[in-house]
Amino acid sequence: MPVTLVTVRRNRGPGRRPAYPRAIVDAVTENLAIEVRGLRKAYRDTVAIDGLDLAVVRGEVFALLGPNGAGKTTTVEILEGFRRADAGEVTVLGADPRWQSAGWRARIGIVLQSTGEFEELTVAEVVRHFSRYYPDADDPEAVIAKVGLADKRSTRAQRLSGGQKRRLDVALGIIGRPELLFLDEPTTGFDPEARRDFWDLLRELATAGTTILLTTHYLDEAEALADRVGVIAHGRLVAVAAPAELGDRRTALATVRWHDPDDPDGPRSERTATPTAAVAALAARFGGEVPGLTVTRPTLEDVYLSMIGKGAA
Amino acid sequence: MSTLTDRPAAGTTTRRGVRALRIGLDRGVLELRQFARTREYVVFTLLFPVIVVVIFGAVFGGTVVGGVTLTQYFVTGMIASGLLATSFQNLAIQIPIERGRGVLKRLLGTPMPRTAYFIGKIVMVLVVSVLETAVLLVIAVGFYHLALPHTAARWFTFGWVSLLGITACTLAGIAYSSVARTGRGAPATVTPVALVLQFTSGVFFVYTSIPSWMQTVAALFPLKWMCQGLRSVFLPDSFAHREVAHSWELGRVALVLGAWCVGGLLVCLLTFRWTDRQER
Repeated sequence: MPVTLVTVRRNRGPGRRPAYPRAIVDAVTENLAIEVRGLRKAYRDTVAIDGLDLAVVRGEVFALLGPNGAGKTTTVEILEGFRRADAGEVTVLGADPRWQSAGWRARIGIVLQSTGEFEELTVAEVVRHFSRYYPDADDPEAVIAKVGLADKRSTRAQRLSGGQKRRLDVALGIIGRPELLFLDEPTTGFDPEARRDFWDLLRELATAGTTILLTTHYLDEAEALADRVGVIAHGRLVAVAAPAELGDRRTALATVRWHDPDDPDGPRSERTATPTAAVAALAARFGGEVPGLTVTRPTLEDVYLSMIGKGAA
Repeated sequence: MSTLTDRPAAGTTTRRGVRALRIGLDRGVLELRQFARTREYVVFTLLFPVIVVVIFGAVFGGTVVGGVTLTQYFVTGMIASGLLATSFQNLAIQIPIERGRGVLKRLLGTPMPRTAYFIGKIVMVLVVSVLETAVLLVIAVGFYHLALPHTAARWFTFGWVSLLGITACTLAGIAYSSVARTGRGAPATVTPVALVLQFTSGVFFVYTSIPSWMQTVAALFPLKWMCQGLRSVFLPDSFAHREVAHSWELGRVALVLGAWCVGGLLVCLLTFRWTDRQER
């Protein structure tokens, strides 16, 4: 199990606002990029979304976290205007997504789950073409460079690797300089290095003020990128908080573990609200270094698993 | 359900129309580029009709009916079939594949004018149709003694029959693209339709030689009228009296193809789907 002693908030860079406390979320509606109330959606025999409420503040990075089939994609695709809700109020950038006006479309960017349909066209051709759809498009070459495809600009899409195709998807998502960017499981299938690069790209966009709604089932991704995380399970949002605070992680009992090689009972652990005192006591007992010492708080994964388990009850 | 129309955006109707046309032409260039780069697609699209003509020419070449060799009769049918293939078959197969791969969904997620997608398809169909017809004509004139139209009137007929036929088949293809539930299933839903039409509309068999009930059924569809219209362009006028109505019936050709355009457009507007059915 990974050790999480301290959760380091990412460097937000200049011009970036701090994380949003709950009070701001409840504040004026104009400040919301996305507002959802009582969303419901059923397919023939299953209820996909069952009374979901969601508010995403302008400028924040919000991660929707949940297992497969929890309703992430359905929710996002309703927000994107691809699917119709059965009930509930949905406002995205001040409009009902069902309207799908071209003006509204120009203000949002979408990176869908599917990818790789351009085949014979080159990166530059595709990006340049999509830039013509938008009234205030970014410079295609600049966007290609931004997503790290500059040396692939003349490569046909079908010869790109999975991660490069995804970068092309993102290039098409941001070419119109969107105020709000949707990313549906953007890094599925990435190798670790590609994911890091990708995260840097998203951080850059967030720093520039783009509101980002991201779905993922990678907890480290949510933790690394999101200002707030919403855990979705069985069609409901079961928790919303900053990643470090989700499920009261910050104040949860810490577990102190140590392993005295001479102890016949093997490794020991102690759950405590005062881990510093516990470690000091151990240090005194061992007269210095405590063998095999770790101090952990519940990881996001621990919290998350207990939450989606709770949702099932 | 998604519709083909745009909701009002900034700008006047004209300006929006110009924008849709501009982006549509751009899409057409992109579609053609994709076509040209898929080598097997180019080869098969352009050469398949030629291969069929060569086979038929070798088998039935000598037969003469009413001063016309069967190959000449057959080539006019193959030109019509080629138009059917580049418009109807092509779109009815390609659109479900694009829908299945999420191309349409991605486009729907952008402010691209919806009509631009169709303009792009039309541009592609027109250019590929011209290319394919040109290849067929070169072969037919060079090897099978088909005479090019010798009057301006015949060229004019060639033009309008082709254009109206392509339009009707393009719209029918877009309309029919909603039938296939998946991209993989599309060829299976389209190819039999095209084949049956070719057998009954005067492509592979002389139209007057097939049973009259079959003629009646075929006469409901555009291909029969496209073939007939093209025969009036390439075959001698003396052959007209061998047609069912003892005339080329060009008025009726225009009427039926025009009706298919209107009907096809209506069905497109009512049923076109940008996303998979089960997704909504």
